[in-house]
Amino acid sequence: MRIINLRPGRLTSLALGIVPFAGVIIAYAVASHYRRLENPADKLLPSLEKMGEAFWRMAFVPDRRSGDLLLWLDTFDSLMRLGVGMAVASLLAITLGIAIGFIPHVRSSLAPFLATFSLIPPITILPILFISFGLGEVSKIALIVIGTAPVMIRYTAQSVLDIPREMIIKAETLGASVWQMITRLVLPQVLPKVISCLRLSLVPAWIFLISAEAIASTSGLGYRIFLVRRYLAMDVILTYVVWITLLAFVLDRLLLALSKRAFSWNHLERDSL
Amino acid sequence: MTHETKLSVQNLFMSYDGAPILERVSLDVSEGSFCTIVGASGCGKSTFLRLLLSQERASRGKILLDGTPLPEEPTPDRGIVFQRYSVFPHLTVAENLILANEFEASPITGRLFGSARKEALCEIEPLLERIGLNQAANRYPAQLSGGMQQRLAIAQALIKRPKVLLLDEPFGALDPGIRADMHELLHDLWRELNMTIFMVTHDIHEAFKLGTRLLVFDKVRHDPQAPEAYGATITYDLPIKANDRGDADLVALASGEKPNTAADS
Repeated sequence: MRIINLRPGRLTSLALGIVPFAGVIIAYAVASHYRRLENPADKLLPSLEKMGEAFWRMAFVPDRRSGDLLLWLDTFDSLMRLGVGMAVASLLAITLGIAIGFIPHVRSSLAPFLATFSLIPPITILPILFISFGLGEVSKIALIVIGTAPVMIRYTAQSVLDIPREMIIKAETLGASVWQMITRLVLPQVLPKVISCLRLSLVPAWIFLISAEAIASTSGLGYRIFLVRRYLAMDVILTYVVWITLLAFVLDRLLLALSKRAFSWNHLERDSL
Repeated sequence: MTHETKLSVQNLFMSYDGAPILERVSLDVSEGSFCTIVGASGCGKSTFLRLLLSQERASRGKILLDGTPLPEEPTPDRGIVFQRYSVFPHLTVAENLILANEFEASPITGRLFGSARKEALCEIEPLLERIGLNQAANRYPAQLSGGMQQRLAIAQALIKRPKVLLLDEPFGALDPGIRADMHELLHDLWRELNMTIFMVTHDIHEAFKLGTRLLVFDKVRHDPQAPEAYGATITYDLPIKANDRGDADLVALASGEKPNTAADS
């Protein structure tokens, strides 16, 4: 039988999924072990136990100076910035994306500008944001919005354009106004695509978040990583990297679950990753 | 002609980027006609239908519906069934059918709630029964077979009681057996609702079986050096009497005379 027609069972699927994870962890443990054989005080590849201790210390032992549980504080602050930023970006994507995709006059006026604007490397705007909005929350959130919204708007507008013309015509013959077509036809068809796009945009969003926090912040996951870098505290850095990855993974899966639940019709025909 | 003229096409020209598609198309269609439109691929059958729908505007010429020029955009007085993408994939069968009702009743949200919604769902029960989808009322179109989807598309197009129904190869993707069922459904609905129907088809048997009038689109002028130089027009306009329907000789005659028309059916 051809390999494309062989489908793994549930258990095989699970096992196959675990293999790469296990491979990386084992490879790390082995490398760390040999490094520490040469130099027991090695800081570059701390042992898994040491990383576990670092996690425990950051999550459950109050900080000596401030008395905060640093991991949770950092996580809360970072997720807040990420959440607000992505909410604003999604809102912009839905409103502007539908306007651009659905109404030719708006498209003519905004599409070229947006195409140009989306090519500005967002991180180059960061100093401007810091100068104009100060070093507070606004500039970090603004960076996330500026970094992700243009692509999301363009993707949404394209999704609107991709709706078969036949459906729009059919809605017209059923007596729909433009507003009704937007609320009953365009929005429901585009929302699952906005969610897919949001999932993909979370990757750059994390980059912008961590960058902004690294440069000017007093809390947040990115701030902590760049702070402890000065002490070569790889145990904390690696723990945080794993933690951030885990958060990103959970967010991604939650969005997929949301899409499958709210837009089951969209997941009837295809496998979704 | 006993009935009054429902739709009148007067000297219609249509070209895309200077390439003519249709030329000198003139036609008077009386109320309650079932016009079937056949012709080779790319001879402007679907373009003609899009013009009747106001999906596109003619380069020259007029189309009059009940004596007045067609509106400039698609309106509820002309229903449409396409070969694909006719129904809304994000709505269940029942939701697809109450949609027009919701548009009319609720201008802001385009949605009915509570008892109004229940009432609307009750109203479409007989229609669901009629198209044999009452068991599938809560399924999404992707969960239906091709024939069921097209039955839904036809029912949805008829909700607003259009006086003119346009069909663009509606059964092109269906199995022959299912096609025969669909013919029966469409024929009965046409009789009941006294609509004027235009149906584009590739299948000349279908065209003879269903139509009261057969329109053949083809190019009359041909420049071998520039095949795109001329557009198509109506080359044959045959009335079909009820007892002619399904007449094998007539079918053979028409397909024999115009080998083009049957070439891709």
